[in-house]
Amino acid sequence: MASHVLLIEDEPNIAEAIRFLLGREGLTVSSMSDGTGAAEAVRAQKPDLVILDLMLPGCSGLDVVEAIRANPETGGTPVLMLTAKGAGRDREAAERAGVDRFMTKPFSNADMLAQVRELVGR
Amino acid sequence: MPFNLLVLACLAYVAFLFLVAFLAERRAAMGRIGWLRSPMIYTLSLSIYCTAWTFYGAVGYAARSGLEFVTIYLGPTLVFVGWWILLRKLVRIGRQQRVTSIADLISSRFGKSNLLGVLVTVLAVVAATPYIALQLQSVTLSFGVFASGTPEGWALPNRDATAIWVAGGLALFTILFGTRNLDAKEQHHGVVLAIAVEAVVKLVALLAVGIFVVWGLGGGPAEVFERIEASPVGLWEVQPGRWVGLIFVSAAAVICLPRMFQVMVVEDGDEHHLARASWAFPFYLLLMSLFIVPIAVIGLERMPEGANPDMFVLTLPLNEGQGGLAMLVFLGGFSSATSMVIVESIALATMVSNHIVMPLWLKLRPKAAISGDVRRIVLLSRRLAIVAVLTLGYAYYRMSGGSAALAAIGLIAFVGVAQVLPVLVGGLYWRGATKAGAMAGLVTGLSVWAFTLYLPSFGPDAVMARSVFTEGLLGIGWLRPEALFGVEGMDPLLHALFWSLALNTLAFCLFSLLTFPGPVERMQGAAFVNVFDEGGGPQGWARGRAEPEALLIMAQRILGEENALALFAAEARAQGKEGYLPDATPDFVAGLERRLAGSVGAATAHAMISQIVGRATVSVEDLMAVANETAQIMEYSAELEAQREELTRTARQLREANEKLTQLSVQKDAFLSQISHELRTPMTSIRAFSEILTEGDLPPELVANYGRIIHEEAIRLTRLLDDLLDLSVLENGSVQLNIGVANVQQMLDRALAAAGHTRPERSFLIIRDLPAENIFVRTDADRLVQVFINLISNARKYCDAAHPELKITVRQRAGKLSVDFIDNGSGIPKQQQAIIFEKFARLTDQTRAGGPGWGWPSAAR
Repeated sequence: MASHVLLIEDEPNIAEAIRFLLGREGLTVSSMSDGTGAAEAVRAQKPDLVILDLMLPGCSGLDVVEAIRANPETGGTPVLMLTAKGAGRDREAAERAGVDRFMTKPFSNADMLAQVRELVGR
Repeated sequence: MPFNLLVLACLAYVAFLFLVAFLAERRAAMGRIGWLRSPMIYTLSLSIYCTAWTFYGAVGYAARSGLEFVTIYLGPTLVFVGWWILLRKLVRIGRQQRVTSIADLISSRFGKSNLLGVLVTVLAVVAATPYIALQLQSVTLSFGVFASGTPEGWALPNRDATAIWVAGGLALFTILFGTRNLDAKEQHHGVVLAIAVEAVVKLVALLAVGIFVVWGLGGGPAEVFERIEASPVGLWEVQPGRWVGLIFVSAAAVICLPRMFQVMVVEDGDEHHLARASWAFPFYLLLMSLFIVPIAVIGLERMPEGANPDMFVLTLPLNEGQGGLAMLVFLGGFSSATSMVIVESIALATMVSNHIVMPLWLKLRPKAAISGDVRRIVLLSRRLAIVAVLTLGYAYYRMSGGSAALAAIGLIAFVGVAQVLPVLVGGLYWRGATKAGAMAGLVTGLSVWAFTLYLPSFGPDAVMARSVFTEGLLGIGWLRPEALFGVEGMDPLLHALFWSLALNTLAFCLFSLLTFPGPVERMQGAAFVNVFDEGGGPQGWARGRAEPEALLIMAQRILGEENALALFAAEARAQGKEGYLPDATPDFVAGLERRLAGSVGAATAHAMISQIVGRATVSVEDLMAVANETAQIMEYSAELEAQREELTRTARQLREANEKLTQLSVQKDAFLSQISHELRTPMTSIRAFSEILTEGDLPPELVANYGRIIHEEAIRLTRLLDDLLDLSVLENGSVQLNIGVANVQQMLDRALAAAGHTRPERSFLIIRDLPAENIFVRTDADRLVQVFINLISNARKYCDAAHPELKITVRQRAGKLSVDFIDNGSGIPKQQQAIIFEKFARLTDQTRAGGPGWGWPSAAR
């Protein structure tokens, strides 16, 4: 059964690129463009991986990670966080919130796929 | 006579004096001064020269040394008869310079040097202490005589307790009537009237005893003269040296004694009164001395061997069973003692407070001088000084054990205050006298006096070791206190008088010649020495030239609003103009000046009034006086105030700079973070899709689609970079403006078209006024369009109205064009409006709609 990825990214072009890359790898991707209801979606869809932008309209990606980790049903879900900010401070905050991988934009496609593969365990 | 009755009479008398003083004060407070300041009261107040020493001691003096006691009266008589020479000048200067004490006079003459003031004050206190002790002693003694001389034979319970009660009572009276009000011109109507009453009482008492002795005991004048011829008193031969010395020292004392200066110059310095006193006061002295010799002779005859002649005045009537007369004498002696102590302690307290306490206090608490808290402190310091002076007197009384003869103590004090004479006379007549000379003279005189007369008066081994008396100071033979420079066999008093004044004068002249007077000294020297040359005496204020409003405003500034209004209202009532401002009558203006002087100092008040009254000009002397007076107070405070303000200002600037830097730093971090996000976001798409494209194997429609995305994001990136460069160019101020003529309408069209890309999905209503826009301006069209674009884009991005609209108005005013962009959004919060032209400012971090916030700054430039 194909692994399922939930992508939460507000930039439509970036979301499009990631959907294409993961789809080509045989993963199923569902995407959202803002953070409100994201934790709810994770609980409902039980994805194998969540890819999350740090700066989201409505709320911060960190809040979403904390909500996911706080719920025992979804607490174990791997999270890959993307950010265009890239300051050390943001990375530390993300790691404290319980993010598994942290990538700064722009990223190389190969690197991104490698991270995803590792996180979904294939 | 029972002791209780004596005490009762004494208390009743004191209560009567309190009442007199109180009524006089009240009368003066109501402005009805009238006879309170008259030649008669003036002359009577001068009688404080006759203390208990004169009252009791003169008879003792006569019994011991014959007619020599007359010298004590001859000195003042000469001074007053020759009043035209010295006293007139002293009084005139005292009035013109508004002198508050002899220390003030000396300090004022020599460039307002406070050090001199301190020196004279110290001298006065030291010299006055034994004198005050003398008064306490005489009162105690007279109590004692009364006790042992009465048939009932009660004993005085405790002499020291009596002295304490007397000292305490005097302190109370002096504080009550001597420190009621505070004026630069120290006038105490209550006190002056009380001592005038006392002057009458002591004269009447002494005359009564004299008459009783001559007619009651002696059998008429003729017989008394015979008895005098026969008695040892008449045989005393006159020692010319001692006579000259004593006349001189008592003349010096009447000029220099702080209490004499107080009544002569400070309380009522009026030359007309002085003219009357010039014969009336010697006449008073004559009456006081008239019966001294008869009393002494009859006393020596009738009193038992070994009776204290100092107390003959009291013991004679007591011995003859004249209880009523004795009571009168007792009250006369009591009056002599108390009036002296009261005036002396007022004079000393003024000096101590003005020259020692206040300068110290101003130095320690410079700010308070400005805040106007001074009055309370001055009064408090005077009260404490009065208590201190009386305590010193009492301590001296206890220390000396009340042993020395009254006259001896009085003379020691006289020689002490006479040390001021050379400096005083020099200051009044010699323009070359300098501060250094005055200091040198006073210090020399004070030391020689203390060494040769004052300290020895305590007796050997009391203050100075016996060896100093016999072998000289440090074993140097010619430094013996009673045989200075090897001059032996001289009368100790004359010896001390001669050496102290000679060395004093020598040092004064020598140092005056060697040093050069400062500018203020020269000015004051001229004002003192030539006091009669200019203007002709104290001038009143001319009638009607002052505006009452101006006076009121000034008075309010200095006295405080309430006080000033109360003062003016009272005057208006007195003038019968209730509800209106009073007329500026000369009396009122003069009174006002005195009030102001109490707060800001006499010279300042005088100059301020001069300005309003419009007296031709404020003289240079006035200004110098103001400068000095103000300088003394302000110097300390202003300097500190300035430093404090400077510090506060610097601290504030630093804090502001720091805040600004912190703010900038926060802004910079936010900006970098923001710009990173802005640049990385399009770059992410470009990189991802270009990698996808280079891998190939894509359907053509995806290739086209992804190519379009890359292009789109590349354009977005370019625009960001353009904006950024634009800002940095403007920031460095190195913009090359490309000035030309451009049409506003066309520029707005361009800007609207360009800004239309911002949030294109939003419908945005633009309201324009096309005819008004059709106007040409000289400008750099490209830059101005960029500014317009920034403003319009901002409106498009951030306007939060449901149906956003933007109104663009163009107005021409005074050759300038203003273009307003007004949207219907909620606007920028007031407290944040100040920062909108800061470079990286964005009001909140959550706003995600737009760019990094460099639109407004370039608009501002």
